[in-house]
Amino acid sequence: MTLLSVHNLSTQYSAGRGTVRAVDDVSLEIETGETVALVGESGCGKSSLGKSLMRLVEPTSGQVTFKGSDVTAMSARELRGLRQRIQMIFQDPFASLNPRQTVRAILTAPLKVHGIGDGKRRREIVEKIAEQVGLPPDSLDRYPHEFSGGQRQRIGIARALILEPELVVCDEPVSALDLSIQAQILNLLVEMKQRLSLSYLFVSHDLSVVRYFSDRVLVMYLGKIVESAPTAALWASPAHPYTRALLAAVPDPAKRKHAAPISGDLPSPHNPPSGCRFHTRCPLATDLCRAEAPRYRSFGENHTVACHYAQ
Amino acid sequence: MTPLMEVHDFAVGFGSAQPVKGVSFDVTAGEMLAIVGESGSGKSLTALGLIGLLPSHARKTGSIRLAGRDLSDLSERQWRSIRGREIGMIFQEPMTSLNPVLTVGEQIVEVLRIHDKIDRRSARKRAIELLDLVNIPEAGRRIDDYPHQLSGGMRQRVMIAIGVACNPKLLIADEATTALDVTIQAQILQLLDNLRLNLNMAVILITHDLGIVAQWADRVMVMYAGRKVEEGLPQPVFEHPYHPYTRGLLAASPRAEVGQHYRDGPLLEIPGSIVSSLHEKGCAFRPRCPDARASCGQAVPPIKLISDGRYAACPLVPSQFGRVSHDALVGA
Repeated sequence: MTLLSVHNLSTQYSAGRGTVRAVDDVSLEIETGETVALVGESGCGKSSLGKSLMRLVEPTSGQVTFKGSDVTAMSARELRGLRQRIQMIFQDPFASLNPRQTVRAILTAPLKVHGIGDGKRRREIVEKIAEQVGLPPDSLDRYPHEFSGGQRQRIGIARALILEPELVVCDEPVSALDLSIQAQILNLLVEMKQRLSLSYLFVSHDLSVVRYFSDRVLVMYLGKIVESAPTAALWASPAHPYTRALLAAVPDPAKRKHAAPISGDLPSPHNPPSGCRFHTRCPLATDLCRAEAPRYRSFGENHTVACHYAQ
Repeated sequence: MTPLMEVHDFAVGFGSAQPVKGVSFDVTAGEMLAIVGESGSGKSLTALGLIGLLPSHARKTGSIRLAGRDLSDLSERQWRSIRGREIGMIFQEPMTSLNPVLTVGEQIVEVLRIHDKIDRRSARKRAIELLDLVNIPEAGRRIDDYPHQLSGGMRQRVMIAIGVACNPKLLIADEATTALDVTIQAQILQLLDNLRLNLNMAVILITHDLGIVAQWADRVMVMYAGRKVEEGLPQPVFEHPYHPYTRGLLAASPRAEVGQHYRDGPLLEIPGSIVSSLHEKGCAFRPRCPDARASCGQAVPPIKLISDGRYAACPLVPSQFGRVSHDALVGA
């Protein structure tokens, strides 16, 4: 069943001398129980897209539907109900926790906002979620600064899951963590997904983590989704030259040095290139690519790509 | 061949804390040595110690020798003639290391004119050559840009240009590619590799990314809680890690190359988190180690030569783990 669907969504920011189309005409779907990864480099619009889905940033045009209801048309009151069902986990657990509140107060706040339970019931819910995410029993009356990065991320996860959401947008949830802690948090996210039947939109730039953690991958470049495929298929046969370059750039312990696969930087989103936005860095680019934006083509089961020359 | 830099029993303390507890290693000319470890491993403090940038209240012991010269007791004034000229350094965040109100050209010229007696004109000419060397397109025009006009990757190239401006014998790169996107990271690592080969410059690459180490380093040392726990050539270390911490790190990394996926089972975890205390008696990794036994709590295990070029600080290594491959450990 389709949990969330997005049609032709665009989000623009006005900045200085013009507008930036951070998200440009993006469509996607997330099925119930699925983990969809959104990958791309900094500035490609992946975080803006994540936030636009929940209207934490207002989209400029397009439609977002969550279980049949039109999110883009919701009133402030309806939105509050929606945010009980879609929650978010952030990259930096330190910046997203109030340093002056105890863990108990941080975890109780969402219950109060949504008017769930009385004092006694709230205490029970808070203690249960803390235990489920692996926080030691004495942690509830301590403050965020008393915890390590990994423990803080457990607090962030507990806060997101305490309302029993259906979809969780995870924005780089493990990129600030050390490797030995990263595995603990990924395992926790998988465990909670199974226990609470969650679906995830997993925003990340770390492709090894994405390979492990996702069922389907959307590759984003300068505000556009350039390729969408089941995870295993994307690794087996990446079709877009940008996807291929991304995968080739991941340091691979089995391969010694190789030439940097693509040159140049991400162009300015203020003034994106004409035609296919990747043409300035693409080894295959021709006049057609400079003139005309490629349409999505099917490249296999549930595998689409926006490239004139994908093969 | 005598090493370019020899570090012996180097330790750093602050008050009652001892974040670096005595590390010894050496680097030969033109070599790329990787130091890997997590936050709290002491890798960045070790690096700061190597270029005399530790805060003045830090307690330092041990010795550092560069090309035979003892650097342990240099004054700040003496350090200034070493830093930049003999040892260059680049940090993680180029935006905070560059001066926002000076053009990149002015910043490179400044370094050149402090260390070499050259006039402004030749310094500017040399600065353009350096920007060219680090593959900045249109160097002659870019030299008059301010840091905010450049992308993250370009800024890191400028930092590298400053780092290598005076042909140092050693360049220390502390998480220099961590903040960059993968495609840019690959470009910067390729650039560092070309530079060290062309300039015969040693590089100490400080990173937490095992993939980078495996792909680019000549030799790797793994640090945990202020000590070196394993050392060797990257391929043998990653294929047959000896120390339980190294084995844990590798097992905890998702293995994209074999298609490891969450539906097939969880990642192996290292339980707990890094703890380092001054009064520890035994191995600092003991509380997280799956193989710890009573004897591990009695004394800090010394780092020992296990096999050719391979060192590990775990008494259980030779008998127990020497021949266990990583694949067997993760069940692949």
